[in-house]
Amino acid sequence: MILALALKSLRNRKFTAVLTALSIALSTILLLGVERIRHESRESFASTISGTDLVVGARTSPVHLLLAAVFHIGNATNNVSWKSYRAFSGRGDIAWTIPLALGDSHRGYRVLGTTSAYFQHLRFGRDRSLVVEQGKALGDEHDAVLGAEVARALRYRIGDSIVIAHGAGDISFIEHDQHPFRIAGILARTGTPVDRTVHVTLAGLDAVHEEVTAGSDPLAAIIGGDHRADSPQAITAFLVGLQSRGAVLSVQRAVNEYADEPLTAVLPGVALQEVWEITGALEKSLFAVSALVVVVGLSGMLVSLLTSLGERRREMAVLRSLGARPVQVFALILGEATVLTVTGMLLGVAGLYAALLFGRTWLESRLGLYIAVTWPSAGEALLLGVVLAAGLLIGLIPAWRSYRLSLADGMIVRI
Amino acid sequence: MPEAVIELSDVRFAWAAGAADVIDIESLRIDRGERVFLRGPSGSGKSSLLSLLAGVLVPRQGTIRILGAETASMRGAARDRFRADHIGFVFQLFNLIPYLSVLENVCLPCGFSARRRERAVHAAGSVEAEAVRLLGHLDMADVALLNRSVTALSVGQQQRVAAARALIGAPEFVIADEPTSSLDEDRRSAFLDLLFSECERSGSTLVFVSHDAALGSRFDRVIAFGELNRAGAARPGRAS
Repeated sequence: MILALALKSLRNRKFTAVLTALSIALSTILLLGVERIRHESRESFASTISGTDLVVGARTSPVHLLLAAVFHIGNATNNVSWKSYRAFSGRGDIAWTIPLALGDSHRGYRVLGTTSAYFQHLRFGRDRSLVVEQGKALGDEHDAVLGAEVARALRYRIGDSIVIAHGAGDISFIEHDQHPFRIAGILARTGTPVDRTVHVTLAGLDAVHEEVTAGSDPLAAIIGGDHRADSPQAITAFLVGLQSRGAVLSVQRAVNEYADEPLTAVLPGVALQEVWEITGALEKSLFAVSALVVVVGLSGMLVSLLTSLGERRREMAVLRSLGARPVQVFALILGEATVLTVTGMLLGVAGLYAALLFGRTWLESRLGLYIAVTWPSAGEALLLGVVLAAGLLIGLIPAWRSYRLSLADGMIVRI
Repeated sequence: MPEAVIELSDVRFAWAAGAADVIDIESLRIDRGERVFLRGPSGSGKSSLLSLLAGVLVPRQGTIRILGAETASMRGAARDRFRADHIGFVFQLFNLIPYLSVLENVCLPCGFSARRRERAVHAAGSVEAEAVRLLGHLDMADVALLNRSVTALSVGQQQRVAAARALIGAPEFVIADEPTSSLDEDRRSAFLDLLFSECERSGSTLVFVSHDAALGSRFDRVIAFGELNRAGAARPGRAS
């Protein structure tokens, strides 16, 4: 009955109650949203590469190499010579290698030169391999295979002809229009950077750059100075799968100590861990800010309940005269705080899911962030529990005050 | 000899330990079915006495027996339950819970007292039916009125709703604290008629408090609060 009274009392103060619940809802959205994006971006990063034991590139920091080669974030500063690649791909303890050549783009999407080994050995998520949804995998040097997002955003179909440009930017002055590619296949969506990549063969890239270095464009000699173009038989990095995981440290040492060329081999898991250490501080401060916003939202409730108490002393006195115990007056106010907090939280969760459903495509195409719309995780449930507990705790303040007031006032209130 | 509803002996009450007494009553006895008019000016401690009778306050010394039970020795929650079960209140003003409808306000005591709920159900079949019946006797049973917000009512209508609420579930004892002071003379008289007839119907004892001596003639007994309370005359109490 006290809960019914609390609900009716709140309905009577609809305007403030709705505003209070909304501010709690917004702070809940922020808190859960930050947590969800943090968790999902980690998941998304972690699921981008699986089954690869080592990533090998020119000597650089492990994080830089991993980000550039696997996530297409930033650019590799140096290349790996084809000779070195061949030297390692032939080793007996290495099961497979995937060469990766980056540095060109098509309308803002990275172009990746590779071989059929890419489609055969690359794994993502829980040991899933790439699936060609339409058309076929890479064949000759004129073929291009698009990631799902590239095909969707640019509305390409099998058989369309595309031209790739030098450099990774959105706009490039140097288009390799002497060597157009034909779209041979489109991959199924993976939720990884593969979706945002145009795949061509190494031979295709070489053909493109041979034309450039042949002198068709004088600028290429200047801009292409830091690029693979001057050495067509070089790649940016390569992925390594071992016969046995136990050999990973010895192969890593062999790469790092390779005499002919300074190289770096990184274990993807270890490098990712380093990435998390870098982003950890940012995540923590974001989390702290969103937690503070929740506190602000709940303080709004505290203020609105406390200010209402002054006007409600008469009401409390009447309730007392009808036989309400001070504890029931306490429960009435606490009940209102609970209803406000729970309503705000439910609105917040609903709002978060609505935002995720509508904002998912945007996040995916703009930030390459793949957010799965799933049930709240245990961690999120815990966060909600903490918000609820905080709401109840804050509700105790006006409840306790009204309890004291109703004990002191009894049925006598001068107005 | 009729049954006593209220018995006070040697009751003293002060707001704080060491402070001067605001209530000092040697003895008071009110019998079942009596209609008692308690007359006294504002500030004479009447509200303190009502709070003592209701068990919201506890005397510093002396005994208060309501329906034979000594409320001062009960625990707080038991006193609250006792009040919910046996006492109906009408105040001077602002009696009603603003966010409840007319009907919900009248039914409210039955939410705090199982005993009054049972009696209401016994009398009319359901709490709501009893509320409608009581409101009907007070000319307030208009269907359009029942679910209206109480803030839309006139003061006279509000006081009648408060009376219906005090009477639902037939409490043994009804306390009315200046319920007519905000009404004009015609309405005051009509309100008294309604209150009397309903108390008679349910067998409730009525203690009516007012500073308006003119109303006294309509009651069985008039008690001058100044004569009853030995502490009240000289010092104004804290309560109105």
